[in-house]
Amino acid sequence: MLDSSFLDALGLIATANADLYEILWLSVQVSITALLVSVILGFPLGTTLAISDFRGKHVCTTVLNALMGLPPVVVGLLVYLALSRTGPFGVLGLLYTPTAMVIAQVVLITPIIAALTYQVMDDLHREYRELFFSLNIQLPKAVSAYLWDARYSLITTLLAGFGRAISEVGAVMIVGGNIDHLTRVMTTAIALETSKGELAIALALGVVLLALALIVNGLVTAVRTRASRYGYT
Amino acid sequence: MVTPETPASKQSKILSIETMSLGLNIRGSTLLNDISIQVTTSGVTMILGPNGAGKSLLIKCLHGLIEPTKGRFEIALHRCSDPIPQAMVFQKPVLLKRSVMENLQFADQHSCQRTDLEQALDAVRLLEKKDQPATQLSGGEQQRLSLARALITQPKLLFLDEPTASLDPASVLIIEQLINQASQQGVKSVFISHDIGQAKRLASDVIFLNRGQVTEHTDAATFFTNPQSREAQAYLNGEIVL
Repeated sequence: MLDSSFLDALGLIATANADLYEILWLSVQVSITALLVSVILGFPLGTTLAISDFRGKHVCTTVLNALMGLPPVVVGLLVYLALSRTGPFGVLGLLYTPTAMVIAQVVLITPIIAALTYQVMDDLHREYRELFFSLNIQLPKAVSAYLWDARYSLITTLLAGFGRAISEVGAVMIVGGNIDHLTRVMTTAIALETSKGELAIALALGVVLLALALIVNGLVTAVRTRASRYGYT
Repeated sequence: MVTPETPASKQSKILSIETMSLGLNIRGSTLLNDISIQVTTSGVTMILGPNGAGKSLLIKCLHGLIEPTKGRFEIALHRCSDPIPQAMVFQKPVLLKRSVMENLQFADQHSCQRTDLEQALDAVRLLEKKDQPATQLSGGEQQRLSLARALITQPKLLFLDEPTASLDPASVLIIEQLINQASQQGVKSVFISHDIGQAKRLASDVIFLNRGQVTEHTDAATFFTNPQSREAQAYLNGEIVL
C-alpha cells in the first residue's frame, strides 16, 4: 500500500497536480510574507537590544529567548481569540483567511529572528564598539555597518525563520481553519489527508516539504561556507 | 618626578595633554591612582611599565573609551578650541569584515580620493592586497592596515596600544617609519610598548607606570641613561618588576 501511495505521490508531483501546487503556492506565499514582516520587526528589535544599554536589558533578552520556544498551538489560540468575532480585532474579519495565518506565523517567528539577530549583533557590537568610538562613527553609519558585516549570519537567520514558518502546523490550523482553496497549506493538508487515509497527496506534500527543507538547509550551508571562505564568519 | 620641557617657540604648534589626579577605580580596585602628568613634547610619548601597570587603561581614559572615576584631563592645541581629532590603534587589530580597501574607505571622513587611499595602502605595503578580505591578512598586515586606517582620519593625536607586539620585524619597521613620518607632520603619538629598543628608537619622552601610578616622566635620553625611580631602573635592567 505504501509503495503504491508513494508512486501515486510522485505522479502527482510529476504531473503538476493543480490542487497540490495551489497548496504549495499558498504555503510559500504565507511563509514569505510572514518572514518579511518578521524581518521588518525582528532586525531592528534585535539590533537595538544589542547596541543599547538600559536597565532591564537582561530581562528583555531573557524574555526574547524564551519567546523563541512559543508553543504554536498556544499562539494559534491567542491569535484566534484576538481575531474572533468577539475579540478585539474581530471587526476586521480576518479569521480563517491567509492574513490570519500570516499574523500567527509572524508572532511565532519574530522572536526567533529578533533573538538570533540580537546574538549576531551583540557579538559584533562587542568587537566593533571601541573601534567605532575611536573612528568617531555616528550611530546610523554604525548600524548600517553592523547590518552589512553581519550579512551572512543574518541570511542564516532569515532561512531559519523561513524553515520554522513553512513547517508550522498548529497555529495556522487554528486561525486558518484548513479551508480548501482558501487557507489550506502543506502542513495542514498533510494532517488532513493522512487522517482521511489519502496517503498519496499527503506523501506528495511531504516530499515537497522535505525538498523545501533540504533546499533551505543547503542554502544555509552554502552561505556559511562562502562566509568562512572569505573569513567573514 | 621631572616633566620634560619644550622650547617656548615650539609650544604654539604643540598639542598638550594634562591629567590632574586622574584615577580609575573598578569594583573596589584602584587601577589608576592620582595620575598627574603634563605632556607638552612633540613626537612620541612612550608609556613603559610592567604588565598590569595600567598603561592601556590610561590611554583608554585619555582617548575617551573609559570614564575616569577621579580627577580630570585636558587635551588641547594652542589657539584651537575645536575637539582634537584623535585615533587609536589597538593591540589586537579590529577589522571590518570587508576588503582591505573598504576598511580604509569606512574610516575616511574627509572624502579622500581613491588615489589617496591607494597611497595610504602603499605606505603600509598593502596596495597589492587591497581587494582581499581584511580578516585574512597576517597579523602584521592587519596591524599595518589598522595604522593606515587610523592615519586616514587625519588625527592630531594618535594612541597606540602595543601595536607591534608579536609582529614580524618587517611590519615593525614599516609601523615605526610611519609613526616617525606622522610625527614629522605634526601628529602627536602616545605609544605603549614593552620593547625597550623600540622605545629608544621612537621616544621623545617616557612615562613610566607601575601599579597604576606614574613613577617617572622624563625626556627619553634622561630616562634611558639615568632613570630616577627604582622601578624604572629595575625595568631597564631587565629585572621582573612586580
